[in-house]
Amino acid sequence: MALIDLANPTRFLALTARILPWLAIATAIVFAIGLYLAWFAPDDYQQGATVKIMFIHVPNAWLAMAVWSVMTVASIGTLVWRHPLADVAAKAAAPIGAAFTFLALVTGSLWGRPMWGTYWVWDARLTSVLVLFLMYLGVMALWRTVDDPSRAGRAAAILTLVGAINLPIIKFSVDWWNTLHQPASVFRPGGPTIAPSILTPLLVMALAFLLLFVTLHLAAMRNEILRRRVRTMWLMQAHAAS
Amino acid sequence: MNLGPHAAFIIAAYAAAIAVVIGLIAWVIADHAAQRRLLADLEARGVTRRAEKEAA
Repeated sequence: MALIDLANPTRFLALTARILPWLAIATAIVFAIGLYLAWFAPDDYQQGATVKIMFIHVPNAWLAMAVWSVMTVASIGTLVWRHPLADVAAKAAAPIGAAFTFLALVTGSLWGRPMWGTYWVWDARLTSVLVLFLMYLGVMALWRTVDDPSRAGRAAAILTLVGAINLPIIKFSVDWWNTLHQPASVFRPGGPTIAPSILTPLLVMALAFLLLFVTLHLAAMRNEILRRRVRTMWLMQAHAAS
Repeated sequence: MNLGPHAAFIIAAYAAAIAVVIGLIAWVIADHAAQRRLLADLEARGVTRRAEKEAA
C-alpha cells in the first residue's frame, strides 16, 4: 500500500481498525516498563524523590509542543493542498495536545512548589506554555463556532499557523530571558546533563506518552471521520425530505 | 518506598496524570461508540452516503 492510499478516509479507517489494538498494547507495555523504571530510579542528589515528577512533567511538556507541530503541518496540508484528512488530523490532535499541556502545567506547578517555593511565577517559560494551552482552547473553540467543517478547518489552520510562532519562544525562552525554569538538559548541544540512571526512565516514559498520543490521535481521527459521515448523512436526509 | 517530605506533591502529580490519561481514553471510546450508534441509526432508516450508493 502506497502512502498516498492512506489519504483515502475509507482506507484510513480500515488501517486504524487493524493497527489500533496493537498500538494500544504497545503503549500499555512501554508505560508499564517506564513506570517501573521511574519508580525505582534513584533519588536526585539535590531534589530527592521529587525528581520522579520529571518523568511525567517533561514528556508532557515535549508533547505539548510536538502536538502543536503536528497540527501546524496538518494546517499547511489544509491550506495548501486542501487535503481531506489534514483538518481531520488537526482537529483530532487539539484536545489531546491541550490535555498534555494542562498536565505539563499542573505537574510543573506541583514540582515547583517544593523546589522553587512557589506553584507559579510569570517567567517566560511558564507564561509561554500557558499561552500555548490557551491557544489549544482557542482552536477547539473555533472548531465549535463554525458549523461547516471545511470552513472551520481553514480558520483553525490559520490560527494554528499563527500559534506556531509560540513554539520557538517556548523552546528558547530559558536562553533568551532570565527564568526561574532551568535551561534544557536533554536536547542541548554537548548532550544530556542528566545521569543515565535518571535519563533512561525519562526517555522510556517519553516513548510511552508518544505512543499514547499516536494511539489516541488515530482513534480520534477515526471518530472525526465517522462524525463527518454522520453529518453528511443527516444533510442528505434533510435534503431528501425537503 | 520512602518518597521523602514532598510525597504529597509526587502522588498528586501522578494522580493528575492518571486522571487525565483515563479521561482521554474514556473520551475517545465514548465518542467512537456515539458515532457508531448514530451511523447505525441512520443506516437503519435507509440513509446511505453517495459513495456507498455508487459502490453498490
